[in-house]
Amino acid sequence: MISAFAAVLAVGIAAAADPEKGKEIYGRCLACHALEYDRVGPRHCGLFGRRAGSVPGFAYSEAMKRSKIVWNEKTLGRFLANPLKAVPGTAMTYAGVAQAKERADLIAYLKTACR
Amino acid sequence: MSFLSIRNPAQARRLFLTNSGLLLSGAAVALLAGQDALAAKAGDKASDAKILNTALAAELEAVAAYQVGAESGLLQKPVLDLAVTFQGHHKEHADVLAKTIQKLGGKPVAAKSKYDFPVQKLKSQADVLRFAAGLEQGAVSAYLGAVPLFGNRDLSKAAASILGDEAMHWAVLRQALGDAPVPAAFVS
Repeated sequence: MISAFAAVLAVGIAAAADPEKGKEIYGRCLACHALEYDRVGPRHCGLFGRRAGSVPGFAYSEAMKRSKIVWNEKTLGRFLANPLKAVPGTAMTYAGVAQAKERADLIAYLKTACR
Repeated sequence: MSFLSIRNPAQARRLFLTNSGLLLSGAAVALLAGQDALAAKAGDKASDAKILNTALAAELEAVAAYQVGAESGLLQKPVLDLAVTFQGHHKEHADVLAKTIQKLGGKPVAAKSKYDFPVQKLKSQADVLRFAAGLEQGAVSAYLGAVPLFGNRDLSKAAASILGDEAMHWAVLRQALGDAPVPAAFVS
């Protein structure tokens, strides 16, 4: 019952995700990331479906390379909520995006930003 | 509360700094934090050094980005002077971060030999300012996201000191662009 409710809630959040708000939230990422090129963090274009730690030439942490994560809405949502808990040892030393709605907006933006 | 009643030296020093009105530069705060960090647990030290190294990498990139802006020929005085001043702050941050990482037993990252910047998109002073403002906004968020992660709370204080400086950069750049300098009551 609880899981069904959680699933409905998750669908509701995803349905309401706003890429324009996500673009604003992406401003928080700009110290380290860009869409089209690698910086302190790897590029975000091509993220969905990509295996974590796999952008050629980018110096990932060993933890990220070993994580076996494939980036999709679910894995990205979990990582963004608390990067250091999701991948202990990641170089993304950031507390995370705590609010589910903000994560959904950010993911919605990332899905559309490189089209 | 008296300092004499406090057994923890770090707590005593924090209280002294709070109550005395003593003003410290960001560099001094960070270096002091490095001294305290020597007594921290090994796990905390390694973790804290990793957080600082991510910040250092971003600071070194910011130094390089301001250099690109300064050499672009697109910035006019007094904006050019402002950019050079802000670049100097980032250099100071980087120096202090590197020294603190070393104090923690870590190895500071070095600047890259080459950075990718969207130079083809920088065609005017406003383009350069907007690019710099984006970096500063991101830096504020990055430090905000790092502050709660440190094992050593003095390092959180040092990071907050840098955060404050970079928030001022962001506000001034927004003002120069004609945007509201302080867009909200909180940063995130």
